[in-house]
Amino acid sequence: MARTPRLIAAASGGGHWIQLLRLRDAFQGFDTAFVSMFDSYRPMVEGHRYYTVPDASRFDLKGFLPVFWRALKIVARERPRAIVTTGSAPMLSFILLGRLTGARTLWIDSIANSERMSSSGRLARKLAHRTISQWPEVAAAEGVDCWGSVL
Amino acid sequence: MLGKRAVIFASVGSMLPFDRFVRAVDEWAAEHPETPVFIQIGGGAYEPRHAEWARIVPHADYAQRLHDCDLFVAHVGMGSILQALEARKQMLLLVRDSSIGEHTTDHQRHTARRFAATPGLRITEDEAELKQLIGELLAHPLPSGDALPSAAPAAFIDRIGAFLAPARTS
Repeated sequence: MARTPRLIAAASGGGHWIQLLRLRDAFQGFDTAFVSMFDSYRPMVEGHRYYTVPDASRFDLKGFLPVFWRALKIVARERPRAIVTTGSAPMLSFILLGRLTGARTLWIDSIANSERMSSSGRLARKLAHRTISQWPEVAAAEGVDCWGSVL
Repeated sequence: MLGKRAVIFASVGSMLPFDRFVRAVDEWAAEHPETPVFIQIGGGAYEPRHAEWARIVPHADYAQRLHDCDLFVAHVGMGSILQALEARKQMLLLVRDSSIGEHTTDHQRHTARRFAATPGLRITEDEAELKQLIGELLAHPLPSGDALPSAAPAAFIDRIGAFLAPARTS
């Protein structure tokens, strides 16, 4: 019997995570696993599998490897059909791994990037199946779609 | 009326330290010992000497403090703004200055411009003004807008759902 398709919904701590939670109705029909950076968030997604990756708010190559390694283990265990993230940079690991494993990938640039897309969003454009901005002007300037916003 | 029961909850957010903010709120607390002030300081170096504080509180505790306070003081982070709008709580926000390392980019200044006219919030870039506004907003609370629903608008949800699961109708 086919299992319910799985989704990984990933976001860094703070505003990225709050935005992701505002989108959870979009994950209906999936068996969703959530990923963020703090154990304290676990009760916010009770009933779902929840994983953490190392906190890398100042993201560089040194911070990338531990996050990527952890993401690799999570993706290998979940084998998701789709991956969605509201950023930030460390979550590019999931977009990259999603591409390598055939998952459908969506990068939603944070609503905080209201003047220009984040540098990680620009990287995501080259990796993800779809990258969207939450601001029409930013989307137009970057040549990506805007489907609305979390607000 | 500024009574003894006024309570302030302040938070720097969960990701980066913001000592200029914590120091300003703590200085206000020193000048107003009758008002309970609690600060979530994150990874900052400055530890409050007058306000009650924690590095980070569990989410249920955070939600309770946000619900119970008379004024929410925070940085111009979307997590803080969204949660205070959902809780329909007046908020006072200090912009992080990326030129002195308070954030990696200056997007909080952009966010401040975008949300300047949103009901229920005041934004400043200056810590002296922040202290002055704390007293003002306790004495004369901002009229708040409607509570923000806890989910994003349906049109946005639907587009995302359709993209992630193109075969969901089968």
